[in-house]
Amino acid sequence: MTISTPELPRRKRQRVSLSRQQVTGLIWQIVVVGIAVAAVAWLWSNALHNLSVRRISTGFAFLGREAGMPIDDTWIAYSPKNTYLRAFIVGVVNTLRVAAIGIVLATVLGTLIGIAKLSSNWLLSRLAAIYVEVLRDVPLLLQLLFWYVLMQGLPAARAAWKPIEGVFLSNRGLILPSIPIEEANLWVIAAAVAGLIALYLLRRRLIAQQMVDGRTRHVWPYALALAIGFPALVSLALGASWTITLPELRGFNFVGGLTLAPEYFALLIALVTYTSAFIAEIVRSGIQAVPRGQWDAAQALGLRRSFVLQRIVLPQALRVIIPPMTSQYLNLTKNSSLAVAVGYQDIVSIANTTLNQTGQAIEAIALIMLVFLTISLGISLFMNWYNARIALVER
Amino acid sequence: MTAVTDTPQSPLPFQSRYRKTAGGRIFVWLRTNLFASIPSSIISVLLIFVLAKALISFLQWGFWNAIWILPSDQTGPCRAIRGIGACWAVVPEKYRFILFGTYPFDQQWRPALATLIFITLFFVSSRRNWWRRELVLVWAGALALIGLLMWGGIFGLSYVSQDRWGGLPVTLILATFGLAFGFPLGILVALGRRSKLPAIRSICVLYVELIRGVPLISLLFMASVMFPLFMPDGVNIDKLLRAQIAFILYAGAYLAEVIRGGLQAVPRGQHDAADALGLSYWKKNGLIILPQAIRHVIPPLVNTFIAFFKDTSLVLIIGIFDLLTTAKTSIIDPAWQSFSVEVYVFVGLIYFVFCYAMSRYSRQLEAQARSN
Repeated sequence: MTISTPELPRRKRQRVSLSRQQVTGLIWQIVVVGIAVAAVAWLWSNALHNLSVRRISTGFAFLGREAGMPIDDTWIAYSPKNTYLRAFIVGVVNTLRVAAIGIVLATVLGTLIGIAKLSSNWLLSRLAAIYVEVLRDVPLLLQLLFWYVLMQGLPAARAAWKPIEGVFLSNRGLILPSIPIEEANLWVIAAAVAGLIALYLLRRRLIAQQMVDGRTRHVWPYALALAIGFPALVSLALGASWTITLPELRGFNFVGGLTLAPEYFALLIALVTYTSAFIAEIVRSGIQAVPRGQWDAAQALGLRRSFVLQRIVLPQALRVIIPPMTSQYLNLTKNSSLAVAVGYQDIVSIANTTLNQTGQAIEAIALIMLVFLTISLGISLFMNWYNARIALVER
Repeated sequence: MTAVTDTPQSPLPFQSRYRKTAGGRIFVWLRTNLFASIPSSIISVLLIFVLAKALISFLQWGFWNAIWILPSDQTGPCRAIRGIGACWAVVPEKYRFILFGTYPFDQQWRPALATLIFITLFFVSSRRNWWRRELVLVWAGALALIGLLMWGGIFGLSYVSQDRWGGLPVTLILATFGLAFGFPLGILVALGRRSKLPAIRSICVLYVELIRGVPLISLLFMASVMFPLFMPDGVNIDKLLRAQIAFILYAGAYLAEVIRGGLQAVPRGQHDAADALGLSYWKKNGLIILPQAIRHVIPPLVNTFIAFFKDTSLVLIIGIFDLLTTAKTSIIDPAWQSFSVEVYVFVGLIYFVFCYAMSRYSRQLEAQARSN
């Protein structure tokens, strides 16, 4: 009894006391956080002072004012009379449309070149290697200016190059035949997307059933019905028209068709070719990372070559390919901000104009950061999800 | 998918028969490398056709029809051959401006010498047997010497303020100083991101993710527009220095991620062993962990250097006279306006030489690492 009572407080004291390491750790944290907070506070107070001297009001109220800035190349309705907010949305759409199309094209081109680099055909693999080396070792901005200058050097609209019927290449950009999109067409596209999703879910179920009883089930009749039949029915029911309009030259400019402005076209080419060089290297090393024995084993089982590539080699290569590919997609999106150098009005270019017009530097740059952080996060989340899906499932 | 095989194919029946003579060997080479199968042969023929056509038109434009030298500003002959031949005469006319910008003309040996010192410095640092502590002193000395040459003001050199600097030295300064200061910053941030202290870790994560999440241009805009807003009255930092600070912060974030990869590759046992020896945190990392971690990531580090070197060209957008900006400015001159392709090819070659040298070096290191 007399021995056990004094032990209690001692044990308690031990629990509260910190080791020397923990004390130094705590001090370090306090010092670093203190410095960071002090620095931010100092910068912030300077900024507030400077802004009040320059009579710039902080806050995002300016977004509601009339922008008065012309934007030539838009996908959504816009006039200089619209607000800054509208201009920003136009900029975001412009950024997204160059980034999304660029990512798709760069992936296709890069994969082809990556495979070409591994070709047993000496000439093909050499050419692919030279392509990769040259594009990787010259700054993207220089390539962009180069393409833009080439675009400007193209003949005028009257003497436009016509590689095939309905396609014109001139200093007004690339003009392609187009299908006018009306409400009925949109419904048909929605039906096609819905059909594809249904098909995907159905295919998963069929495969799961096949796993259970081992009987082969054909997917193609469902594919025909859902992906082609259903949209076709919707199209007939709504009477959507799918006539292709060919652009034609009237006076000094083109009428009809889809126009890719030279700024957009130059930016797209520069982003796609530059990024494809990096993607090619990623694809090449991904395929090479799959051990040769996997090919041999699959062939020994008597599997077809295309099946081996699709089901055995690519799934394993993808595991190596996806993480660096994600960062290339992020790079392409961030690099699309070089648009400002050729006058394509993406979000950075519009924010920059806003900044010059209103002096709202902090807000404009905060908006740029917000947009890019959101896009980056979106791409990362999607790619992480995809990566987790294809990751190696070990027993 | 015959295209995906990268191992040499099994010997074809004709190979041993023809290997005796030189002509036979060429035949065997062609047969195995260009005409191994019918699809491969079709690809080869198509490629040879396209390549020959492209090469001939390029040679016609770039060499046979090109004009190499012209009397100053009389670009008539060049205009006459526009689209048919290149006007390389723009390069000898403008190269001094492209390389050194508006640096006083008679003093341009100074930036030239500074460029040479830079190149020597890169070469010295690339040799594995010269990697030792003294190299830090060599770097400090060389960078000080470059500053002395560029600014002048003592030893009878006239003073040149940095808004007259331009061209290649500015590109090299932005890249080298960005790396020289970004590297230690990156090491600190990488260590901080793996630290057990939550406050330090979150500050480092925030810094890295913020910088990596936004385009470099927005950082440069920040440096050129927002930075003055954040400074107290009367503090006016030069534009080049502001861009340099942005580059250091940018490089620090990217290098930190590369170094973190290396830190993760160091086995746990190394930490335990260092702790068992009673080494302090800084001694443990400085002497045991970091040397191993950095050795792991030398090839990706060099790749980051290449990317960084190319990224310095973005200062064009905020109006700093680097190599690309001087190139773009040199053709504002009305007489030479229409020959920008030639100038871009010339500048592209300069960038290519630097980046290609670095990427060759990186591959060499990778091969060495694999053989060890």
